[in-house]
Amino acid sequence: MSEHIASKKFYISIWAGLICLTAATAVAANIELHQFNIVLALIIATCKMLLVALFFMGLKYVSDKMTLVVVVAGLFWLFILLALGMTDYISRSWV
Amino acid sequence: MMGMWIFLITEIMFFGGMFFGYMIYRYFYYNAWAAGSQHMDFWWGTINTVVLLCSSLSMAMAVRSAQLGQRKSIAVLSLITILFGLAFLGIKAIEYHGHWIAHEFPGSRFQWEGPYSNEVQLFFSFYWAMTGFHALHMVIGVGLVSYIAWHGWKGRYGPHYYNPVENVGLYWHFVDIVWIYLYPLLYLISHQRVLG
Repeated sequence: MSEHIASKKFYISIWAGLICLTAATAVAANIELHQFNIVLALIIATCKMLLVALFFMGLKYVSDKMTLVVVVAGLFWLFILLALGMTDYISRSWV
Repeated sequence: MMGMWIFLITEIMFFGGMFFGYMIYRYFYYNAWAAGSQHMDFWWGTINTVVLLCSSLSMAMAVRSAQLGQRKSIAVLSLITILFGLAFLGIKAIEYHGHWIAHEFPGSRFQWEGPYSNEVQLFFSFYWAMTGFHALHMVIGVGLVSYIAWHGWKGRYGPHYYNPVENVGLYWHFVDIVWIYLYPLLYLISHQRVLG
């Protein structure tokens, strides 16, 4: 259990940051950046994910190191699925 | 709490598989994916993202109230979270209705004027499956937060026992994160330029 108690102001500022990033990604989607539209959209989504995970979910204040190992292992698993899976499908047409 | 995180990892695997499938077919059938994406409603998608972020704020505040042992405020903030959750589901239902009457549901009902009909149907299969499972998680989440609201009101949670509130909060934020990625992937990339 995380004993850290954040202030109301802190949670509201995180929320404000999330709303600003949502506005940014919505505006960015209306600018023609060709293949960088998806890159920018995913970078902003990952920033939002980090804000939610670190502060709303309190990952930053977790005292139990084992919980962090579980989370990092899960994300690493997802990385293996997406990265190795994509390299497989993309490189099939090369042979 | 660590048990909850382990459960959430299995949820990452569950949604991760669908995200991977979506990426693969977007790579293979790029034109069909772009055509399908343009039938998503940009404004409903954006509004729903904001609604869900607001619900995450009230959920985080509800956990804070539980940590401080503020009985009434746990119940009130949980109810606000439920209302935002139901608003999200209502907006999703409006969107679903629009896609349904436009014959954008995979199966014998599906009709598509334009090229890549089969591939676009695959896009809509992913759309319905991913948003459908997300909506199912929201419905379960509303049920869980209702449980917290009731027991919070009864005064079960305080500085020495708020684990259930914390775990339901983790679940709710996780479902929010899934939407944080669904929103750009379904609504934003290759969507019609509505602002310009």
